[in-house]
Amino acid sequence: MTLDATDRAILNRMQDDLPLTAHPFTSVAQELGIAEDDLLNRLARMKEQRIITRFGPFFDAAAMGGAFCLCAMAVPDNDFEPVLTKVNAYPEVAHNYERTHRLNMWFVLATETPEGIAATADAIERETGIKVLRFPKLQEFFIGFRVAA
Amino acid sequence: MIDATDRHIIEALQSGLPLVPAPYAVVAETLGLDEGALLDRLAKLKSRGVIRRIAAAPNHYKLGMMANGMTVWDVEDSRIAELGAQIGALPFVTHCYERPRALPDWPYNLFAMVHGTDRVEVEEKRAEIAAILGDACQAKDILYSTRILKKTGLRLKKKG
Repeated sequence: MTLDATDRAILNRMQDDLPLTAHPFTSVAQELGIAEDDLLNRLARMKEQRIITRFGPFFDAAAMGGAFCLCAMAVPDNDFEPVLTKVNAYPEVAHNYERTHRLNMWFVLATETPEGIAATADAIERETGIKVLRFPKLQEFFIGFRVAA
Repeated sequence: MIDATDRHIIEALQSGLPLVPAPYAVVAETLGLDEGALLDRLAKLKSRGVIRRIAAAPNHYKLGMMANGMTVWDVEDSRIAELGAQIGALPFVTHCYERPRALPDWPYNLFAMVHGTDRVEVEEKRAEIAAILGDACQAKDILYSTRILKKTGLRLKKKG
C-alpha cells in the first residue's frame, strides 16, 4: 500500500507520547486537523497492514525490577548452529541477532535480578566454552525511537 | 514496586490498546476496574518511569527502512555525555547508548543504531555521525544484522 501525506503525519505524531486521557485520539485528531473517525480508520488500516506493529504503552522493564545486558560472542563459523541452540535455550536470552563482525552473535539478557545477568552469562560461557562479553548500558541518550515516515 | 493490580494492567496492555475512541474504558472493563481507576494507575506508572510513553511502533521494513546498522565508536570519555546527546538527537538514530569497552576485544563505548533504505544510505548517515564526533573519536566500526536469531517479547516475572 502507499501512504499518503496524512498517513505519514499520523505515523510521525503517533510515535510520540499520547496524552493519558479517556479520549486520547480526540486531541491527536485536532492537532492533525482531521476527524477522529478518519484518524481511527487510518490507524486501523495501518495496523492491519502491519505498518504499525503495536500501539500502546511502552514499558521500561528495568523500572519494574528487572535487569538487562547486551552481550556478544565470537562464535566460530563451523560451530555457529550448535552454539546458537545452546544460547537460545536460555529463557533469559530475549533478542539474539547475527551480525557482521568477529563478534558475530549479539543478544540481550533479561533477568529478574541484577545478579541474574552474571549468573546467566557465566553459565553460557561454561556451556559453550566461548567468552561472553557484557555491555550493560551506562547511559542512554534517549530521544524516542521514532522513524520519519 | 508494582502490585498485583499493576501487574494485571501491564499484562493486559502487553498486546497494546484497542484503536477505539475510548480505549481505556475497553481495557478497564476486561480487568474489572473502572476507567478512572485505570487511568490513575497508568498515570502513576508513567510518573515512576515504568511506562515510558504511549505511542505507536512502526514497522521499519514496511516504511522502506530495509537496512539497519549498529554503529560503534570509541569516544573520549570526557566528551561522551555531550556528544552522545547530539548523536541521540539525530533523526535517523533510534537507539543510542554509552556502554563499557571490553578491551582488548572491543574498544568502542558509544553505540548508535542507524536505519536507512539501504546500506548506502546507512553509510551516508554514519558519515554524518563521524563528522559530529570529529577528533573525539579514535576508532569506529559498523555491524549489520544479517539474521534475527531470536526475538521474544517482554516477559514479566511470574511472582507478585
